[in-house]
Amino acid sequence: MKFVDEFRDAAAVRTLLDQLRGSVTRPWTIMEVCGGQTHTILRYGLDELLPREITLVHGPGCPVCVTPIEMIDLAIAIAKRPGVTLCSFGDMLRVPGSSGDLFDARAAGADVRIVYSPLDALALARRKPDREVVFFAVGFETTAPTTAMAVREAARTKVPNFSVISAHVRVPPAIEAILSSSDNHVQGFLAAGHVCTIMGIDEYLPIVAKFKVPIVVTGFEPVDLVQGVAMCVAQLEQGRAEVENQYARSVRKDGNLAARALIEQVFTFADRRWRGLDALPKGAMRLSDRFAVYDAVRRFGLAVPTAVEPPECRAGEVLRGVLKPPECPAFGTLCSPERPLGAPMVSSEGACAAYYRAGRQPSAMGETK
Amino acid sequence: MSGDNKSGTSPAIFCPAPGPRGDVVVLGHGSGGRLTADLVSTTFLPALSNPILDRLADGAEFDIGASRAVFTTDSFVVNPLRFPGGDIGSLAVNGTINDLAVMGGRPLGLSAAFILEEGLPIDELRAIVHSMRDAASRAGIQIVAADTKVVERGKADGLFITTSGIGVLPEGLRLGPENVRAGDAVLASGPIGDHGIAVMSAREGLQFETTLLSDCAPLNALVATMLESGSAIRCMRDPTRGGVATILNELAKGAGAEIMIDEAAVPVRAAVRAACELLGLDPLYVACEGRLLAIVADADADRVLDAMRTHAIGSGSCRIGTVTALGRSRVLLRTAFGTTRLLEVLAGAQLPRIC
Repeated sequence: MKFVDEFRDAAAVRTLLDQLRGSVTRPWTIMEVCGGQTHTILRYGLDELLPREITLVHGPGCPVCVTPIEMIDLAIAIAKRPGVTLCSFGDMLRVPGSSGDLFDARAAGADVRIVYSPLDALALARRKPDREVVFFAVGFETTAPTTAMAVREAARTKVPNFSVISAHVRVPPAIEAILSSSDNHVQGFLAAGHVCTIMGIDEYLPIVAKFKVPIVVTGFEPVDLVQGVAMCVAQLEQGRAEVENQYARSVRKDGNLAARALIEQVFTFADRRWRGLDALPKGAMRLSDRFAVYDAVRRFGLAVPTAVEPPECRAGEVLRGVLKPPECPAFGTLCSPERPLGAPMVSSEGACAAYYRAGRQPSAMGETK
Repeated sequence: MSGDNKSGTSPAIFCPAPGPRGDVVVLGHGSGGRLTADLVSTTFLPALSNPILDRLADGAEFDIGASRAVFTTDSFVVNPLRFPGGDIGSLAVNGTINDLAVMGGRPLGLSAAFILEEGLPIDELRAIVHSMRDAASRAGIQIVAADTKVVERGKADGLFITTSGIGVLPEGLRLGPENVRAGDAVLASGPIGDHGIAVMSAREGLQFETTLLSDCAPLNALVATMLESGSAIRCMRDPTRGGVATILNELAKGAGAEIMIDEAAVPVRAAVRAACELLGLDPLYVACEGRLLAIVADADADRVLDAMRTHAIGSGSCRIGTVTALGRSRVLLRTAFGTTRLLEVLAGAQLPRIC
């Protein structure tokens, strides 16, 4: 497959690994921010191929995982209202709220549907004018433009029965929070290439300047990740701290200007709690006042509920790179993809799910039960 | 509520514990993966347990007079009813034939039961029934019993079909994972995942176009040729729901064996790979409806493959792995990078209503 196979080339990865082995002199801890990167690392066993000096820790870059429990509860409450059809991406439906998930709500009679695009939810609203169609929007800066597009289209074409629960979040505040945390031991970052494809790389310049850590914007294939690590290690070894772009085939300095304009037009950056990272200043996106009528929370006159979150699941530490999934006492025992305690075990981008799927059980590779 | 916060300055840590999962059926119970297995072991088996059912094979094996019979049943709820390369009718016929075939059985006849939703166009039903006739004819068998029920509009999704089939085993043939030995070869009869992706391409809401056709086809002739080759075939399965990864896990469990799959050797068409990239799926978990996996003695692998390749639907047959050891049930995948990872059973529903 063109544009994919060359970045999964085993010989190219071996060459990069040889170069890396020749350049690393000390232990370094590097965080790959995006859950998609984590899955590639585990899927191909790249962490096992890296020089032993390098430790990869997994970041909070899984939007499903960082969506706080009260937002799930809110979505379930809205889904259960008469006349409401709630749409979201498939992963969101399996994330446990305080009491059950959206699949449970559907099994109990709510109209909950999986869509692949917010525009599909808008199309559904047009087809079903007697239903209130609500799109539960999750994702980083990568998916926010499509939500913005749907909201703007709804406004432009005056679709009265469409609204959005925005759980969109932003990456840079999360990196700042990790670096500000007193138990942080991350020395360099592989930033999420797709987020930067939209936003460009300038947002990271102040972080690099303030915290003196290298940030390498990195892609998602094995060659990308090993090269990203090599670029990060080179900076660390040379005592540099810069924003570099490994993923130049997709990321331009200014990002995607049309998509950024959409985000700016439709969203306002807001403080909101993240799972694992508490309230992040400007870490979330809510609909701006101009589009308030399309904000489901305001439309239905609801407040975001308070949710009680027992501490059995240690996803917070996993999301901050402090704990590796197999180090969690619940991993693989109380918590598995079909009986998840927390979102990182659910999502296709979740670090716990990545470890579980790759068979990285704490003892040894698990037997088929 | 915050969790541990040793430093006192870092952000609070929290995560939800699960709510009690209501005791109702969810779509994942139909995935063919873990939840399905849970339902079988906690609900069906305790009530219905008997030595034949407890084997949890594709179908039942038992004696009728001097003959060894195989018997199986399967329901079909695929959405949409028609997809590139087939429809619910051909799927219902081939699915049951294939369950018999991979047990080594020569299919004798099928039954078909129809649940029709009020409002289904008769023309559409007729087309599907004709497709069933053509599929049965291609496989050389007949549908010898049938039933029809109609439910009110909204109580079904157009049409559901249940087929059952009966066949006979050649004398002395006993296929099953208990026959598996260390060193055995794992074979696949062709590219995987065509059916699942073809159905997805026809599904509303997924706007991608492909020229890909479902692999939906009867396996009985292919199996007959394999058996006639005189090779030591240990067992066979058709990788339908849950795909190759899930079925390999079932084989590993049944055999008490460790299976090592070579990722680079698993045949996947470019169109399937591309669609899986777009949809975030792993081809190893995408359903086939006209492929089989066989575990055969290592020494006989080439002979079986030669026999398989004489058939159009087996022309892409190849070896994908090896039974590396007995005593520990697991499936491992060796990547192109030389690393190894566990190939898990599918959890939950990857692609609901694919068959």
